[in-house]
Amino acid sequence: MRIDCPHCGSRDIQEFVYRGDASVSRPDPDGEDALKHFVDAVHLRTNPAGFHSEHWYHSGGCRSWVTVVRDTLTHEIESVGFANEEIDR
Amino acid sequence: MSGFRTGGGLINRAHRMSFTFDGREYSGFAGDTLASALLASGETLFGRSFKYHRPRGVVTAGPEEPNALVEMRKGARREPNTKATVAELYDGLEASSQNRWPSLKHDVGAVTSLLAPFFVAGFYYKTFMWPASFWEKLYEPAIRRAAGLGHASDEPDPDRYEKAYAFCDVLVIGSGPAGLSAALCAGRSGARVILADEDFALGGRLNAERYEVDGIAGHKWAAGTVEELRSLPNVIVMPRTTVFGAYDGREFGLIERVADHMPVPLMHQPRQRLWRVVTKKAILASGSYERPIPFGGNDRPGVMMASAVRTYLNRYGVSPGRRVSVFTSSDDGWQTARDLLAAGVEVAAVIDARPKVSPALADFASREAIRRYIGSEVVATKGRQSLSAITVIDKTGINHEIAADCLAVSGGFNPNLYVTTHLGGRPKWSDVIHAFLPGTRPSHIEVAGAANGEFSLADAFRSGAAAGGKAASDLGFNTSAFELPKTSDDAVNLSPLWHVERSRQKAFVDFQHDVTVFDVGLAKQEGFRSVELLKRYTTLGMATDQGKISAVNGHAIMAALTGKPMEEVGTTVSRPPHTPVTLAAFAGPYRGKHFQPTRRAASHKWAENAGASFVEAGLWLRADMFARPQEKNWLETVSREVTAVRESVGFCDVSTLGKIDIKGSDAGEFLNRVYINGFGKLAVGKARYGMMLREDGFAFDDGTTARFAEDHFVMSTTTANAGPAMQHLEYCRQVLWPELDVQIVSVTEQWAQYAVAGPNARAVLERLFGNAWDVSNEALPFMGVRAFRWKELPARVFRISFSGELAYEIAVPTRYGEALAEAIMEAGRDWKIVPYGTEALGVMRIEKGHVAGPELNGQTTAADLGMGRMMSTKKDFIGRVLSGRPGMTDPDRPAVVGLKCVDPAQRLRAGAHFLMKGAEPTIENDEGYLTSAAYSPTLSRWIGLGLIRRGPERHGEIVRAYDPVRGGDIEVEICSPHQVDPEGTRLHV
Repeated sequence: MRIDCPHCGSRDIQEFVYRGDASVSRPDPDGEDALKHFVDAVHLRTNPAGFHSEHWYHSGGCRSWVTVVRDTLTHEIESVGFANEEIDR
Repeated sequence: MSGFRTGGGLINRAHRMSFTFDGREYSGFAGDTLASALLASGETLFGRSFKYHRPRGVVTAGPEEPNALVEMRKGARREPNTKATVAELYDGLEASSQNRWPSLKHDVGAVTSLLAPFFVAGFYYKTFMWPASFWEKLYEPAIRRAAGLGHASDEPDPDRYEKAYAFCDVLVIGSGPAGLSAALCAGRSGARVILADEDFALGGRLNAERYEVDGIAGHKWAAGTVEELRSLPNVIVMPRTTVFGAYDGREFGLIERVADHMPVPLMHQPRQRLWRVVTKKAILASGSYERPIPFGGNDRPGVMMASAVRTYLNRYGVSPGRRVSVFTSSDDGWQTARDLLAAGVEVAAVIDARPKVSPALADFASREAIRRYIGSEVVATKGRQSLSAITVIDKTGINHEIAADCLAVSGGFNPNLYVTTHLGGRPKWSDVIHAFLPGTRPSHIEVAGAANGEFSLADAFRSGAAAGGKAASDLGFNTSAFELPKTSDDAVNLSPLWHVERSRQKAFVDFQHDVTVFDVGLAKQEGFRSVELLKRYTTLGMATDQGKISAVNGHAIMAALTGKPMEEVGTTVSRPPHTPVTLAAFAGPYRGKHFQPTRRAASHKWAENAGASFVEAGLWLRADMFARPQEKNWLETVSREVTAVRESVGFCDVSTLGKIDIKGSDAGEFLNRVYINGFGKLAVGKARYGMMLREDGFAFDDGTTARFAEDHFVMSTTTANAGPAMQHLEYCRQVLWPELDVQIVSVTEQWAQYAVAGPNARAVLERLFGNAWDVSNEALPFMGVRAFRWKELPARVFRISFSGELAYEIAVPTRYGEALAEAIMEAGRDWKIVPYGTEALGVMRIEKGHVAGPELNGQTTAADLGMGRMMSTKKDFIGRVLSGRPGMTDPDRPAVVGLKCVDPAQRLRAGAHFLMKGAEPTIENDEGYLTSAAYSPTLSRWIGLGLIRRGPERHGEIVRAYDPVRGGDIEVEICSPHQVDPEGTRLHV
């Protein structure tokens, strides 16, 4: 399996480290019910059968954090982008 | 003795090769397989069956072979379960039969045949159920002795294995007529093509049949085509290479047998090479497997697949028998009779199960005066260790016994679907060809030829060329018109015969696992009707051949028994590897020390010369102690090193700790957010101890971070967490707070860093630096840091201490590390400086109560580690919110304390659990455990650190350190973790 790193190009999956769900963002630490939101953000995960957006780290390459959209049923990768660009959107 | 050499074949008769089988000498020719050479020598018996130890002969001429499994080679290179049908003959080959004792011809285990009624489907489940204790002592050893398929060598593998990557546009799997035309079409367009075939001779069935293609022999056409493909610079032709699996992301696994056809690999050559091929398109042209007809006695040596008989005749110039009969349910079986006659072999009879055959076949039989039984079936066979006669029931019900030493059987063909199912694709049943066809499959895999149910030669050329052309044009290559070779268009005309109901003997479905038609019926009767249950209950298709020729027959029999159509019954799918792959090939060169890189510090060679022994710390090798020849044991060495540091001065390499360079106008703010304590206001020229949490509130890593400029920090991490900390910081920087102006880079490898510790450390540094730098307490107080140039080198000095003594760490670029180590030792000579290792370091940190790996175990909070008050309340940081959960702040949580033995003569061991005096040793009474223990030469007793419930409140209390595994139960006193110099006065001198 390969990931098309937006900086390095197509690279073997062994160069990458998986982190997890990219749709979860860090809650506002000063917001209302911060504790509850943090518990959800850190511990609760959906487990979709189908496309899933996830964070991978190119540890064996450019050290970029990338957002990979992957079909959990087929492992087909739909898109790869820099994780921080994802945040900007 | 029945097989013999005929004329012809694609073997090189000028090159005779000798080999041995079970110690007996034989000879064959270059181009033979072990099976063809043994058949040519008249051998019929190749092995014994798995369960009943029945005599078994060769059934096929390819990788689907269920019976002829042998052990190849001797000693360290011995490899079991090699299929004789694909083992390329070489001069000096040594093979032996397996699963027999004492010899192949006289096997004691064959008596299990007499017990056969007890060995039916599911017998493991039924017979060996109870009592449970019998499993380990009786059943399992007995089964292991009786069963099993050969023995692997138990010596280290002397050969080398390689791993390689390749990238292409079109991967063509199989070099038969479909594969060759696909490769040619795609190759001529300029696409990068890899053509792989497991065989050593390319051409597939063009080498096995008497085809004429474009007016020349089929094998000559194949050779010419391969030559053209090899001449194309964009095409790679890989013989002896099995595509064993399809993997995610358009990757395929290939195993290239570089040297399996030689006694030993050539100099500098691996035995096998594991390829990962990344391709845009793949064309599966893997052909089909002929399927047997289960009839009574169908496993007797001499009963073979009809297509295999043709392969032996036409490719190897070997007739497997002198008087051959053919049992078929299609026109294809008749081709075997034709080829036998052409080779001058007697055809005893053709038995065709179909009620009628075409006039052309009837004419052929009359012309050649072949005895023929139409609408008839073979119901039994005779012969001791090989076939001597068959019994046929004709359509009127009359029995005929026909003498024959070989029976060629043709039950139709199953497309070889394998990689189409590896990524979750499901086959679909075809009532046209009476077999499963590729069904759903990944979009990048195209199927051509017999693998797609297009059995005739003309269809194979046509579909191969179409698939090759389409793959190339889909990828944007210009394909030119491809003139299809002129050839015959021979139809199979199958009328399926799944088994012979009137059989009078055991009718085998799965030869390798001894599964019979009766067993399938039993599975149905006992409710194991789905094909997946049938497989597991009877073990049908679970042998090393994975049911390549047997599975569909079993499923069809089940379909008939349950009255369901085949499309509903379905079939089992295969997973990679398609054929067994040597485990060593997956390991490749990554064996022993090559499994992972070894990281050596700059001072490694120096330390080695100084008598160091080393310990692995992650990938690093760190000196753990510097033993002197007269020292009796490690304790003496470590105690000497600790005492030297505490009384004078010592020297230690700390380069392996992670070093992360952090720059940018927001560097201070960034550190504020990742550390629990404040760093934004840290003065330039100062260092501070910091603790990082994970977002779930547990401690992650600790270390000191120094500020060299407003916008420049250098962080240190633990050795073990250098990588994860870097990854964590990158995540924070790139994903959480991309708006911060901060850049980070690991400089662990760039700087060599040494601690100089002890009351005389300053004196050593003064001598070392001379006038270059002032290291006085005023110029460089505790926790002060400086960057300066020393002898033209950039250098850094940190006044930080892990040992608890007056100490400095000095850093220079790594390549000067060894020189600095020597310079420090030279400068310290007057104070008898000693090098010390990680053991002494560990003792001193326990004496000082510094937490390390055993305490930072992923289950402790900052408060557990005695750093609750370090957590800033003025800012947010990673882990702050969740470290406030009730369970994290529970005062009952185990927290860090120091421990010391009440009796100084007793020894503490890490891992011991704490119990109250007099308490029963139960989980409920468990108070915590000892995380670290060491003998303190400073305090002359064993001390430790531990996590104990409400620890900080209990200083002075005496509890038991209970260690039943190592027989320990001793009294310890709870105390402050800081057992030596608790006020830290030595640090500030």
